[in-house]
Amino acid sequence: MSNEKYLEISHVSIEFPTPNGSFKALDDVSLHIEKGEFVSLIGHSGCGKSTVLNIVAGLYQATNGGVILNSKEVNEPGPDRAVVFQNHSLLPWLTAYENVELAVKQVFKGKKSKPEMRDWIEHNLALVHMEHAMHKRPNEISGGMKQRVGIARALAMEPKVLLMDEPFGALDALTRAHMQDSLIEIQARLKNTVIMITHDVDEAVLLSDRIVMMTNGPEATIGEVLSVDLPRPRDRIKMANDPRYNYFRSEVLKFLYERQKQPLSKDAAASQSAADGKPEAGNSAKEEAAA
Amino acid sequence: MNTKVMGLPLLGQMTQPLYKLKTVNWSDVPKQALRKLGVPLISIVLFLVLWDGIAAHIQTSLGKVPGPVQVWDQAVALYHEHEDARKREARFYERQEKRNAEILAKDPNAKVEIYPYTGSPTFFDQIETSIITVMTGFLLASLIAIPIGILCGLSTTIYTALNPIIQTFKPVSPLAWLPIITLIVSAVYVSADPMFSKSFIVSALTVTLCCMWPTIINTTVGVSSIDKDLINVSRVLRLNWLTNVYKIVLPSSIPMMFAGLRVSLGIGWMVLIAAEMLAQNPGLGKFVWDEFQNGSSNSLARIMVAVIAIGLIGYMLDRLMLLLQRVISWDKSATLR
Repeated sequence: MSNEKYLEISHVSIEFPTPNGSFKALDDVSLHIEKGEFVSLIGHSGCGKSTVLNIVAGLYQATNGGVILNSKEVNEPGPDRAVVFQNHSLLPWLTAYENVELAVKQVFKGKKSKPEMRDWIEHNLALVHMEHAMHKRPNEISGGMKQRVGIARALAMEPKVLLMDEPFGALDALTRAHMQDSLIEIQARLKNTVIMITHDVDEAVLLSDRIVMMTNGPEATIGEVLSVDLPRPRDRIKMANDPRYNYFRSEVLKFLYERQKQPLSKDAAASQSAADGKPEAGNSAKEEAAA
Repeated sequence: MNTKVMGLPLLGQMTQPLYKLKTVNWSDVPKQALRKLGVPLISIVLFLVLWDGIAAHIQTSLGKVPGPVQVWDQAVALYHEHEDARKREARFYERQEKRNAEILAKDPNAKVEIYPYTGSPTFFDQIETSIITVMTGFLLASLIAIPIGILCGLSTTIYTALNPIIQTFKPVSPLAWLPIITLIVSAVYVSADPMFSKSFIVSALTVTLCCMWPTIINTTVGVSSIDKDLINVSRVLRLNWLTNVYKIVLPSSIPMMFAGLRVSLGIGWMVLIAAEMLAQNPGLGKFVWDEFQNGSSNSLARIMVAVIAIGLIGYMLDRLMLLLQRVISWDKSATLR
């Protein structure tokens, strides 16, 4: 098995049925990701980044093309493709520990003994620096802490690929920076294969090995791929004055704001949000697609 | 300061840890006590005064409409009647035992029996019967409604299939169900030595049929409005159907479910009184009807005692459900009214 084709997204297109005929959100998206690679998907909102992630997660089915992970086709969701959702999506009636436990029990049933499971849960919570609050419920901890638990839950599944859907999008700038540093630290230790969706250019450059820039929808596809060969470990303060860092940053900015200007038409924005994973009231296309 | 104990603001503060007591502004305490106890008290007094004033001016075939004082007198009288009946019952059994003991003294092998007391049920006996009946009917309704609600919430097909039936039966009055249930129970529930009386079964089933709908509908809404992300978590984890229901669906729909259960219990209690009146089944409804037929000068006051008792018991049942929700639900922050 060649490492280069650890995760293969092959000619993926997706159409959502809408009352006005089908809406093609993605057109011929192809991407190969190596084992241990950290890839960011960046693009304007509504360009279908979340849709790509949901297809890899198995939550959506591609209309054409498919996803192959470790020589197996992806047809349904599974814990080998753990997802960190934008709004943490912890079960509010369970403590941080119990939230991770639910995942660990499901994945390691019959493989780990009870004390092993407890150690593993505590290990993962410690990895995201949540050991001090692991018996608190989500409503007792801050937004950043909830997201940390969400990441711990995903890591605890030992996924083949970790999918992150704008994991820090709902956090304030300072907390976001802390979380990014944590993620850099975790990535250095675990070397997971990660696909992260973001619309934060600095976040993308700081964290990624490659940045995949997507064109605007409908029929969105991959515009350019930028390899970020900055040395690791990366330090945000040193990076700030690094000319190479600034070069990558400006490359992404140029793509986003010169080549792919945000469409101003309201209709286009409305129809594009159909393809995005964000909740949108009264959006029948999304409802049907998710069902 | 958050007072956890209903109607007892001071006690609520006492449950705070001692170190927090320092932060209590004691000058606020009388103000709070006034608001929590004083305001309802004033409104109740105003209501009683208004009642007394209006009642004195209405003349019925049974005399003047009783005011609060006459109603209170009848409440006391009903209590004494209950006590007297209990004493009579005790004496009845005492006499039997004494007689049996005498018989046994003469002939140790004699067969003796204790005959059950057959006095007419008092007001308080009727209350007990009604509460047991409504609880039975309500429990049965919940056992049917919650699973149906969960299925309807999980599957659009099941919901579409059942919705017309639910919506059609929901508004049917208990008075329309009653003859059907009475006839069916009489035909089906035939037993030489029945565990429950027929009237109990009829009343309880009427309650069940009338009060299950709000629970079904609320549970359906609660289940179908689960956060999409939580469903996705369940899908990513590949939880099986039962684990999904138990770990994700049930907890997240508990607040809505309880909203439904409370409405259901309220309806059940109203339905029961009507059913008991119409079917002459033992309970508070029968008490009201008997007093109405009796037509003595005290009847109206006694019916009013029953009305107040019915109201207070309904209120108590609702609080009981709230208490249960507080114990069961994870969402302790929700304001419960």
